[in-house]
This record gives sequence, C-alpha cells and structure tokens, in this order.
Amino acid sequence: MSDSPNPPPVAGDPAVSAPSEQQGTVEGEAVLTRRGARVELASAACFVVAALAAVALAVVYWEGGQAQAEGVLLAVSLGGIGVGIVLWAKQFMPDDEVAEERHPMASAEEDVAAFTADYEAGGSTLRSRRILVATAGGACAALGVALVFPIRSLGPRPGRGLKQTPYRRGGVRVVREDGSPVRPDDLETGGFITVWPEGNTDAADSPTLLIRFDEDDEFEPKGGREDWTVGNVVAYSKLCTHTGCPVGLYQSQLELLLCPCHQSTFDVMRWATPIFGPAARPLPQLPLGLDGEGYIVATGDFSDPVGPGFWDRGR
Amino acid sequence: MSEVSDVSARRRGPRPERLLTHRIARWVDTRLGTAKLARTALNKVFPDHWSFMLGELGLYSFIVLVLTGVYLTFFFDPSSNLVVYDGSYEPLRGVQMTEAYHSALELSFDVRAGLVMRQIHHWAALLFLAAIAVHLARVFFTGAFRRPREINWIIGCTLLILALLNGLFGYSLLDDQLSGTGLRIVYSITLSIPLAGTWLASLLFGGEFPGPDIIERLYVLHILLVPVAIAVLLTAHLAIVVHQKHTQFPGPGRREDNVVGERMWPTYAAKALGLFFLTSAVLAFLGGVFQINPIWIYGPFDPAQVSAASQPDWYMGWLDGALRIMPGWEVRAGGFETPNPFFPGVLLAGITFALLYAWPFLEARVTGDYAEHNLLDRPRQRPVRTALGAATISFYTVSFIAGGSDVLAATFGLSVNAVLWTFRFAVLLAPLVVGWVTYQLCKELSARDGLPTASPVAVREIPGRLRRGAPPTPPDAPEAAAGR
Repeated sequence: MSDSPNPPPVAGDPAVSAPSEQQGTVEGEAVLTRRGARVELASAACFVVAALAAVALAVVYWEGGQAQAEGVLLAVSLGGIGVGIVLWAKQFMPDDEVAEERHPMASAEEDVAAFTADYEAGGSTLRSRRILVATAGGACAALGVALVFPIRSLGPRPGRGLKQTPYRRGGVRVVREDGSPVRPDDLETGGFITVWPEGNTDAADSPTLLIRFDEDDEFEPKGGREDWTVGNVVAYSKLCTHTGCPVGLYQSQLELLLCPCHQSTFDVMRWATPIFGPAARPLPQLPLGLDGEGYIVATGDFSDPVGPGFWDRGR
Repeated sequence: MSEVSDVSARRRGPRPERLLTHRIARWVDTRLGTAKLARTALNKVFPDHWSFMLGELGLYSFIVLVLTGVYLTFFFDPSSNLVVYDGSYEPLRGVQMTEAYHSALELSFDVRAGLVMRQIHHWAALLFLAAIAVHLARVFFTGAFRRPREINWIIGCTLLILALLNGLFGYSLLDDQLSGTGLRIVYSITLSIPLAGTWLASLLFGGEFPGPDIIERLYVLHILLVPVAIAVLLTAHLAIVVHQKHTQFPGPGRREDNVVGERMWPTYAAKALGLFFLTSAVLAFLGGVFQINPIWIYGPFDPAQVSAASQPDWYMGWLDGALRIMPGWEVRAGGFETPNPFFPGVLLAGITFALLYAWPFLEARVTGDYAEHNLLDRPRQRPVRTALGAATISFYTVSFIAGGSDVLAATFGLSVNAVLWTFRFAVLLAPLVVGWVTYQLCKELSARDGLPTASPVAVREIPGRLRRGAPPTPPDAPEAAAGR
C-alpha cells in the first residue's frame, strides 16, 4: 500500500518487460507544456460544469421536478465528470505498456498429486463406512424430493377450465361490456361488437365477436352448424388460436378477421378458417339462438376450447 | 516503508502516512494483510482494444439498472387488486385498474424524479442487452471462448438468458395493455409445451391466464431472484477474467504466454471510471429526453383488447418475428397436439441457446484444437466460424425485422401477406447468402494480408499447453492435455 506512485515493472520478475520502459511524465511536468495546460483547464472546466449541473439538478427537483430537465442535467453532470476523468487520464496518467507473464491454467502435476493424495487419505475413512454414505445420501435425496412438493401450491391442477367457458350452461344471453343484451338488428351489416356471457363480463376466456355479415354474401356454415347463426349474425371466440391475442381487426369488405399480434387471418364466412399467418385452427364458433324477448343467447359452449393450443386439447 | 519517505519528499501536502486513507489502509492491512494482494491488483495488466469495452458497457448498464431499480421499488406496488385511478393524469381518471398499473402511473406523474428514473431504468435495460449481444459477438468472432475460457463462456450465456428474462419480466410487471399482451404470449408459449405445458402455465401464472398471482411472482423474480443471480454470475465472470488474465490481439511482443497492456492503476482504472460516468450520462440523457414505454397511452390491461403494432422490447423482437414467420403448422395425432407456438417459441429458442452453450466444445471437437489460447483470432483468419456466426446473426436479424411486419406493411403501404412471405423466404435465404459472402470475404482478406487461415492439421501440432513457457505435451495426445 505504500509503494511509490509509479511502481516499476514488478521487481525480480523477468517476465515483466515494459515495451516502453520510460514512465510518462506524471506529476507536474506535463502541465508545464502548453497542451498540458490547456487539457488541465478543460478537464477542470468539465468538473466545474458537472458540479454546477448537479446544483441545478437539485434546484429543479426542489422546485417540483421536471423529467426532461432532470435527465439533461443529470447527463451533463455525469458526462462532465466522465469527460474530465478521461481527459485527465489521457493527458496526465502513464500510458506505458507493460507485459505480464502468463502461466498455463492447469496446476502443476505435483500439486494435483498432493491434492489427490490428501483427498484420498480423507476419503478412505468414508469408504470404510459404506452404509453411512449410502443412507446419508438416500436421506438427502428423499428430503430433496419432499421439498419439491410445495411447488404444487403455485397453481391449480389444469383441468376442464381450459376447455370450458361460462357459456356452457346454455341459453346464456350475450351482453356488451356494460351488461346490455344484444338483438341481431342492433348490429349494422358488416358491423361487429365484442360480447361476453351475461354475468361474466370479466371472464378472460369468454370475449366473443358478434359479426353481422351481408346477407347477399355466401355464408358457408360448417357441417352440423347450420343453425348456429341468427339473423345473419355469427359469433366466434375473440381469442386467437395461435397465442390467444384478441382478434380485434375486422376487414368488413373482405369479411376477414385479423389478429394484430402475429397477423393470423380468419375467414368469417367459412367458420373462421385460418387463411394466413401462424394460426393453425379456426376460431371456435359459438352457437347462437334468440330468447323470448328477441335477444341473442348462446345455446351452448364454443365448438372447441378457446385460445391457444395445448397438448391434450383434443382429449 | 523506506521508499515512501523519498517519494513523499517531492510531494506537496502531508506525508502519506498521515493521510486518512493511508491510516485506514494501514488499519485494514494490520487485520487482513491486504497490501500484497492490493498491490497485485494495482499492477494488474489489461490489454487495450476498443472492442474490450463492450462488455464493460453491460456492467455499467447493470449498475445503473440496480441504482434506478432500487428507487423504483420504493414506489411500485406489485398487486393485482383493483382500484380506481384518481391521480393527475386526466384521461385515465375514474378508470378501474390494478394497483400495479396505478402505482406505475403515480410513479410517472406524481413522484418527483419518478418518471426520469423509470425511463433511465428502461433505457439501461435496452443498453444492457445490447452490450451483452455485441460483447458476445466480439468473444465469438475473435475466438476468445476457446480453452481455457469455456467456463466463462457458459457463465456469459447464462447471463444473457437471465438478462433477457429479466427484461421481459420487468416490462411485464406494469400491467398496461402492451405488457398484458406480452404476458399472454408468454402464457401461450408455456402452454404449448407437450405434456408439461398445462401444468407449467398453471404453476407459473397461478391458474388460467391472466392468473391471479402473476404480477406478484414476476416482481419477486424481477427484483430479487434474477438480479441476485446476475450479480453473482457477473462477479464470477469478472473474477475469472482477472484470474485467467484477459486475451489480447496478436502484435509485437504479444505472445500466448504473456499479457501486454496498461496497468490497472491509475490509467486503466481512471478510463474505466470515466466510461462508467459517460455510459450513465448517455442513459440519463436518453431517460430524460426520449420517451420510452409510455404506459399511460397504452391504458390498463384488458384481456379483450389489443392494440395494433404491439412490439416487445428489441431483445425479444427475434422471438416475436419468429412467431409471425412460422407457417400455420401444428402436429396432431390421436387427440394430442403440439401447438404452433412451440416451434418458434420453445424449440427455436431452445436450439439457439443449446448451440450457444455448446459452441466452444463443438468447435474444439471439429478442429481438434484443445490447446490453450490467449491470443485472439482476427475474424478473417477463421472463415468457417466467422461465416457461421454472420449467418446466424442474419437469421436473427431477419426474424427481428419480421417482428415489425405489420408496421412495415402499414408504413410502406404493402400487403401484410406479401411482407410476411418475403420474411419467410428471407429468414432461410439470408443466412445462406450472408454465410457464403462472409466466407469468401474472409478467404480473400486473409489471403491479401498473407495471414494463415486455420486448418485443423496445423492446429493439432500446437502443444496441449501454451506454445511457450511450458513443457510441450506430446502432439498425439490432445485429449490428455485437455484433462480428459
């Protein structure tokens, strides 16, 4: 800790040779040159600016704060210190290159041998108590397994939930976010709204698209779903079958639904078959009917589990 | 102590042994005996090259992340409980939102210095990942990962993964519309894993998406577990660099068995400190002047809504692009299926990192070069490695750009389909073209320089240990030298 400020290449170590043995001018001397004087001034000026910016930063904070001013003043203060240090280092600190010897990382053979001998000497006492090694190891393994069990508390068993929505009760009205029911005529031709099962407008698995298609266009229901639409209104799950993003873009001219996340595109007129993008499955369709008051109800759950796929979805 | 007196005679001010720092050092030394070690540290030699600073930028970004992050934790409330906003941002007054989003708004609008801290934190995260990425590229293209540095390569790869994850966790915490969309995709990718997916997703999110506990869990991961892991591994990473001594480029007086450069004290330390301040200054400027992640514009997360042009932070862009590029294929058999997001989201990412971890060992196996290397390659000297690296970078770059396919289509008035098809071809063709061109360039450049390009035969003749300063091991026993 008490060496001279410029230690020579490590004494007595032949490996250390300085390509430029001459130490740079360090203290005092460089300052005497004109360039040195200029750099010293510039470096000092940087530190002064940094200090002033720091004061200004404190004032800005005190006066109520302002994000842009805070960022800029902080940057000036930090930058001033940084530039000042770098100027100082480049002009006034030694820039001589020195060489240091390097040795292979591997230990010397005799060290390895000595270690091995000591380890074996200690280990031989372990080997003579085989039953203790085995039972201790077994106990630790058993404890390790037991300590894994609490992970189970982190979440419920993935059960039917992934395959069911609140629509499954049947005869559930579909309602807007504010809870109001919907009649087919509430939708304009080419229009679409997002609806939920009545009483479950916060259910993340249930957002549903109601789309009223043009009656002049050919709607091709999938076999077995001929009576799933009412008054030219068809309902699909809003959750993309790719990664579950809400399929929020409807191109009414082309009658295509587009997912904004990864651009999967679904054909509204053909049971939401994917025609482009990474989605591999159609959007599940919701069977629709009308209740006594003429409001749209879901007569059952979606045709398939909604949202992204999982390994036993088809089971 | 005898040298001290004649040196101090030239100095102004009190004699060194009277200085407080000196007395403290003396006090510590008499209890711990640190002088010898500390002197070694002062004289530690670091080779100088601009590309060796890239990893340093990552270190300094991490320090800024910790400092700003600690400040943020004092105000952020990681809770899914619902509250109604009544803060100073007019457009959201009366809107129901989680306390997480609410406290992030408060942090941005009502906590003095909160917004600038939040934005510096976010910019620092972007720089952290960028610095890691270019540092990784530097280490790869110069062969710095070769024996004896494979362990540090593995630590570095782990740091990359941890940094990626923590960035993702961080911007997913705020429960705004964009972060919720990102979490939904994370959920779907997790769910897509065969057999384990449904369980993993349930355990991670505490149930079906959106999950009641996910914000609290991400918070623990983001501010405790992952940062501690990063700090520990970063310490090990640096300690190993110091222990093994830094690699150097070939040059006059530079050999396999020496290291030529500046001493740590004072020049190198001063330059490093200066770089830390400059890095922080740039981040402070970005955080103050350039808006980032304006969550008040996105609004609180609503599972039924999504905005167009939802892009993740840049370092997750390759994954988002890969999800888009992937054709709509799934594997289904007997009621079981492997959903589409598994292939880009799990398989591609898994292969990426598996190959990354394995690279030093694969290369050694192929070239038969198990020797210690402290002199770096110039990229042109290793045409095959450089070409493979460039091809890989081009693959992920195309994937990254594909992550903005909708923005590109909208900006240039193109069809989304045409843009995506372009990327589907480009992601396969670009690596071939880039790899071939890089290979030819390397060959030509090294021929012009008269540099020898590495051939496995030549390398085998390098003794298992260092080329100088150690007894050569028989050239026919590289495995023995590699400690096998």
